[in-house]
Amino acid sequence: MADRVGIVAVAQTKFDQKREEHLTETLVHVTKDVMGQTGLEFKDDGTGIDSTVVASQDYFGGPGGIHMHYAYTVGAYRRPDERVEEDGAFAVAYGAMQILSGHHDVVLVVGHIKESVCSKNQVENLGLDHIYGRKIGLDFVAAAGMQAMRYQHKYGITPEQCAKVVVKNRTNGKNNPLVMYANGITVEDVLKSEMVADPIRVQEAKPVPVDGAVAMILACEDKAKKLTNKPVWITGMGMCYDHHELGYRDLADCDSLVSAAQMAYKMAGIKEPAKELNLAEVSDHYAYQELLWSEGLGLCGKGEGGKLIDKGTTSMGGELPVNPSGGLLCGVPLIVAGMQRVAECVLQLRGEAGGRQVSGAKTALAHGVEGPAGQLHCVITLEK
Amino acid sequence: MTDKAVKPVVIEADSISTFQVTVGATGTKFLVEIRDNKRIMGIKCSSCGKVYVPPRSHCPTCCVKMSEWVELSGKGTLTTYTVVRYKEPYQPKEPPIIYGVIQLDGADTGIYGILGEVEPDKVKIGMRFEPVFKDEREGSLLDIDHFRPSS
Ligand SMILES: [Zn+2]
Repeated sequence: MADRVGIVAVAQTKFDQKREEHLTETLVHVTKDVMGQTGLEFKDDGTGIDSTVVASQDYFGGPGGIHMHYAYTVGAYRRPDERVEEDGAFAVAYGAMQILSGHHDVVLVVGHIKESVCSKNQVENLGLDHIYGRKIGLDFVAAAGMQAMRYQHKYGITPEQCAKVVVKNRTNGKNNPLVMYANGITVEDVLKSEMVADPIRVQEAKPVPVDGAVAMILACEDKAKKLTNKPVWITGMGMCYDHHELGYRDLADCDSLVSAAQMAYKMAGIKEPAKELNLAEVSDHYAYQELLWSEGLGLCGKGEGGKLIDKGTTSMGGELPVNPSGGLLCGVPLIVAGMQRVAECVLQLRGEAGGRQVSGAKTALAHGVEGPAGQLHCVITLEK
Repeated sequence: MTDKAVKPVVIEADSISTFQVTVGATGTKFLVEIRDNKRIMGIKCSSCGKVYVPPRSHCPTCCVKMSEWVELSGKGTLTTYTVVRYKEPYQPKEPPIIYGVIQLDGADTGIYGILGEVEPDKVKIGMRFEPVFKDEREGSLLDIDHFRPSS
């Protein structure tokens, strides 16, 4: 078994609408980037990249068959190539497991999505069960609306507190040249914006459509140290699925995230995440989620997500900045989202995050989520 | 080759298959009771005692085969809701649509329902609702046309 897994290279595209670019071009771009950073090639003899793990979503392939493209495009066919039809953070974890098991030494992980090829809502309607949820016309926006309503009701979280998340993240995003939706929006602007699925307003939802990709190379400890002088180590990983039936869960409590986080913290030896972590990149598909997921991650107590944003703890300069990159509210594709959280943590721990750098960052947490109202979560902790 | 802009070719791709999916014996019993008797049935786990609506063949917690059906009055309490303001082709009604999760009396879980006969801004978590069935029923959750406020 390998000792530790290090991330030795990361690459991200700009996150925008790539209607005129075939996804293979996007894939070549990020893959060549990480191969160039490390000098690695696809090899069968243990001297290069041993395997690939690709996260995407079949329906965003126009439609179906999206996973056919990767290996042949980048010259990696006739080799181990795993596909992940989930958030990209899971792909990072599966890649790390390939190394921890001793099966491979060097794994290239990619996440890619073109939201602009289809209707995200129509695809996400298919993400509900086909007997009840799909039949009645639910989708992930409606599921999020019901979760936000329950969360606000149960814990007294206010619309203003949710709007503050948008303001914080859209301000942070101004320091991230890869995102398109950073701006100087105010709490008042958010609360005046159009209602989409009560209590969620359009400015509180991740902008759609956004296209893009992320790639990274993971390596076992001894190879990681040779490949870069700034490896970032994966210290903990946890994942957990909840029941897909929304009525079987209390949507105000993200029990599956609590379990995923505890699994990661146990592996990393983290006892007090709020004190031991220097920053977190959390999947804020909707503004309320940053608050709710912060609770699930143990960055604050249950029902205290609102206080966390009020106190400024999670702002740049606060004790534990959350989403220095601007998060998904600045426009990042689904699926890519969780992997991009990992990539941003890597840049932070390498001290290469530019204007969004959290000074002196030594430990970080990345979080990915998929499914209606946060059904499944993946938590990855990292250190330099 | 010149740099003169050529409009990229965009092809239209479609999903061409429709699907015939069985709802299984438990789902069939549940939907037939709604269709033929306007009754909402729950199913009880003999191990943990929980009553599930919509029903499953096996308890999601204990993985025990469940066979004890429980007839419910249909009345219940709203645990959460949202008002969907946008239009999509898969929606069964015109927006705004009030979607809710209702925990029926005697059940331990909530069921999806479309709320009606109430204005969106009058809906509150904790309100009581009861089902209104369609006249023409086909064996689907949509045979419950909507849930309306009740005592
Ligand atoms: Zn049971």
